[in-house]
This record gives sequence, C-alpha cells and structure tokens, in this order.
Amino acid sequence: MRLSLLSRLGLRGVTIIGLVFLYVPLIVVVILAFNRADSTLWPPTGWTLDWWRQAWHTSAPKNAFVQSVQIASAATAIALLLGTLAAFAMSRFSFFGKSAISYLLVLPIALPGIVTAVALKNTFLRRIDLGFVSFKVGFGVHSIIIAHSTFCIVVTYNNVVARLRRSSPNLLEASADLGAHGLRTFWSVTFPLVRSALVAGGILAFALSFDEIVVTSFTAGPGDQTLPQWILNSFGRSKGVPVTNVMATVVMALSIPLAWLAQRLSDSTESIAGRR
Amino acid sequence: MDVVTVGGRGAPARASRFFRRHRGASLFATLGGPVAWMLLVYIGSLVVLVAAAFFKIDSNSKVTTSLTTANVRAAFTTGSFVDAVVRSVLIALAVTALCFAIALPMAFYIAKVAKPRWRRSLIVAVLLPLWAGYLVKGYAWKSIFTPDAGKFAAHKGGGFLEATLGWTPGFGTLAIVITLAYLWLPYMVLPIYAGLERLPPSYLDAAGDLGARPFRTFRSVIMPILVPSIAAGSIFTFSLSLGDYITPRIISGGKEQMIGNLIDQLQQQNQALSAALTLWPIAIIVVYLLGMSRLHAFESV
Repeated sequence: MRLSLLSRLGLRGVTIIGLVFLYVPLIVVVILAFNRADSTLWPPTGWTLDWWRQAWHTSAPKNAFVQSVQIASAATAIALLLGTLAAFAMSRFSFFGKSAISYLLVLPIALPGIVTAVALKNTFLRRIDLGFVSFKVGFGVHSIIIAHSTFCIVVTYNNVVARLRRSSPNLLEASADLGAHGLRTFWSVTFPLVRSALVAGGILAFALSFDEIVVTSFTAGPGDQTLPQWILNSFGRSKGVPVTNVMATVVMALSIPLAWLAQRLSDSTESIAGRR
Repeated sequence: MDVVTVGGRGAPARASRFFRRHRGASLFATLGGPVAWMLLVYIGSLVVLVAAAFFKIDSNSKVTTSLTTANVRAAFTTGSFVDAVVRSVLIALAVTALCFAIALPMAFYIAKVAKPRWRRSLIVAVLLPLWAGYLVKGYAWKSIFTPDAGKFAAHKGGGFLEATLGWTPGFGTLAIVITLAYLWLPYMVLPIYAGLERLPPSYLDAAGDLGARPFRTFRSVIMPILVPSIAAGSIFTFSLSLGDYITPRIISGGKEQMIGNLIDQLQQQNQALSAALTLWPIAIIVVYLLGMSRLHAFESV
C-alpha cells in the first residue's frame, strides 16, 4: 500500500507518542528513586542515594522480595509440570470434550482477578467435605502457591502448545522408525524441541506470579508478605514512598534482561497470550 | 505404526510400549493431573463462590443449609451497586476504546511502515513495560497526576503533568481511565500487530491496483481482516479493566468505586453479599466472551 508522506509521518508520530506514553511513568519512578525530597512533586529538588541505603538496611522489603521469589518459583514449577502435560495431551490426542478443556485452562485469566480471588478465599477458609476425605486449605504460603499455580498453568500451556503445534509429527515417527522407544524419543527429539518454550513459559509464569497482588491479598495468611503486598502497604504510609521507588527500580532492572530473554525464546505472539 | 515393537526390554521401553498401545492410559497420564487440578481448585472454588451467594451464612460465616435469594436480589437491585456496575462497564469500554485508538496506528506503523529490521525491537519496546510491575505503574501515574496543592499548601507545585504541561486530570474517573489504558495497552497492540503481520502484502497491492486509495483499502480490506484480532485484544483490555479495584483505590484514594472495590470491601462485612456481587462481573464477562467468540476472537490468539 502506498501511503502519502503525510500519513507515514502521522503514523510515526502516533507511534512515538505511544512509546513516550509507555515509558514516561517508568522513567519518572527511576528518577524519583534518586530524588532528595520525600515527595512525588516534579521536578526533583536534588539528588541523593539515601533511599538506596535505607532500602538496603531495612529488612522488610528484602524479606518480601525473598518470599515473592520463593512463591513464584514454586508456582512456576507446578505450572510448568501441569501446563506441559496438558499441552502434550491437547496436541497429541483428539477426544470428546477437548474444547471444553481448552476453555477450562484459560478461564482463570479470562475472569477478572477479583472473582478468582474471592472464589479461592471462600474455598480455602472452609472445611471441604468430599465424603471420603475432609480438609481445610487455610491461609499461608501454601495457599498463595496453589492460587498462583492455577493462573500460571495457562501461560506455560500456551507456550508449549504453540511450539508443539508448529513442530512436525514426522519427527516422532522418524524417531520411532529408527528404533527409539518413547522415553528415548522424548529426551532426544521432543524435549530439545520444546526446551526454549519451557524456559519462556517459565519466565512468564514467574513474572506473572511475582507481580500478582489481587489473588495474593485474598489468599495470603496474616504473617505473609510478598513484594507487591509490601509495596501496596508502604505507599499507604507517609514515609515509605522513596524506598518503594528504589524497590521498583530494582525490580525493573532485574526483570528487563529476563523479559528480553523470554522474548528471544518465544514468538512474540505466543508469549503474551497469558500475561496479565 | 502398530508394528513398532522394537526398542529393547528395559522398563522404559516396556512403559513406552504400554502407553503406545493404550491411548486412554496415556491420555489419562498426561491430562489427568492438569484437569484434576483445574476442576478441584478452580471450578470447585467457583462452585463454592456461587453456593456462598445463595446459601444463608450464619454468624460464624459458615454456610448453612437454608437457601436464600436475598443476597443475589440485593446485589442486582440495590441502586448503589447497579451504579458501580454501570460505571465499571463504562470505564472498561472507555479504556478499550482508548487502547484501540492508540494501538491501531502503532501496530500498523510497526507492522507495515517501519523498516523490517526495526520491527522486532519496536514490538519488544511495546511489550517491555508489562514487566515493570503493576503497582509501580499505578503509583507512578498517581505521582504524575498530582495536582498543584495551591499557594498555601506545605508543598508547592504539582506532579510531572502539572509541571510540564500545566494540566492534570486530577484523581478522578479520567485519571483512572488513562491509568488502566496505560496498563493494558500492550495487550491491544500485540494481537493487532500479529493480525497485520499475517495479512499478505499482495492483498494491499491488489487493492491498490484496483484503484483503491489507502483509506478505502484500510476500510474494505484491512479492517475486516483485523476484526478477530481487535476482538481478542479487547477481551484483555475489557476484562482486566472491569474487575480492577487496585487502580481506582490507588488513583482516587477510594473515592471512585468500581464493582471490584465493593466486592473487596464487603469481604470483611458481608461475605455472602460480596460473593453475590461477583456474579455481576462473571455474567458480564461471559456475555462479552460469547460476543467476541462470534467475531472469531479465539481463533486469532
């Protein structure tokens, strides 16, 4: 399509404005982490590293960071296992109710987070009696992990299923024809094929869990505090804002290389499908 | 394929032969775990949620066996609840429209106008902010929107917008719409970009050869092909905005109430009513998803 110079420039202008819109808030946060004044007013009055020193010497944000990493790691492990199994089943077999199961897997990200959160809270606080077994999940690190795994499964599932769909079934037949049994085929053919999709899906699931606040605040126990919970609380305090900007800057600096890696390892289209 | 019985005598070989012969067993071995998890944890919880809305709850917040429709009736008829629902739907629609208005030209420029070697970097640049943390971005906008407190306030001057443009939407509905549109914009850009990438350039050439001007090509060729992508993007922007309660809380300090805020606050005081209120977003999202699936949204993601 031949566009006039004017419309090309117009489109480029909107794109630049869009990118500025996307990056200005992030840059403002980074700059405010070095702002001498304890306020969000613009422009900054001077520069200091005090907030960084303060963040380093306070234990609460560090503990919250560690707890977030632990929860996200556990949720990612469960999501990788279950999401990958589901992806293999859905790409290999056709069976009755297949489309219902694909809806079932995406439901936790299609419904608003607050619905998932209230539903899980209502269930975890009750004693569930299934007849043959009766239990109560309760609240703590374990309930956060169960909740996070549930909406992370779709991310790992999406990444692996997209990869399997694109890879040729001939490879598996060739492997079998050459005499390899199923496990051998898996290690030598299938696994190398999906390895990068697993890493990309794992990174995305980790990021999704690490950043989650709605489901977390409904399923956490009284003693738990993830980094997003700490951030939410500390913005409520009058003196907490600059240190929060520091923690935000740290998280951004850590997540950008991860984001870049996830992008490289997966198709741009498959990587987003499960991000919130 | 069934003649393949080579592969040795070890346990892995035996297991692999077993699973090759018994399709049902291998289907169960792979799909059983994930489906059991989703049914038990997620569908089970949704059932408990709906039950909690219809059953009477005693003072120990235990579900009793007596049914009542009082909570659901209250959730669907009380004026202030209906107001919050209408406001939430309007905000979600405004966010979706705003995201669409920004995302369409951006995606078009990146997919069809920008030099091919720039495309990948540009699309990564659009996606990177998704990684920066939801709360951080919410608070960043709050600080950006800070209005000038006036002459006699302890702090002089306002936030970034007031200082650079001399204008700010304050902490009202418009500020909430801008923040939500900011948060979910990449989810609209990406499907539209993917849709444009799949569009064969020959279609555009053909339209041009037949004498269509760019605008006509856009209206008659590009837009009809993009409908599923736009519908897919709108599922994210609409659904994520509709249920959001943290952003209105951060931006307006609790003054602007969306449906999520009511559900959140009622969790402390009246769990049954809170559960009944979640039927609103569930119903709205189901209707929205059905509408979008008619536009083939699910085939494009």
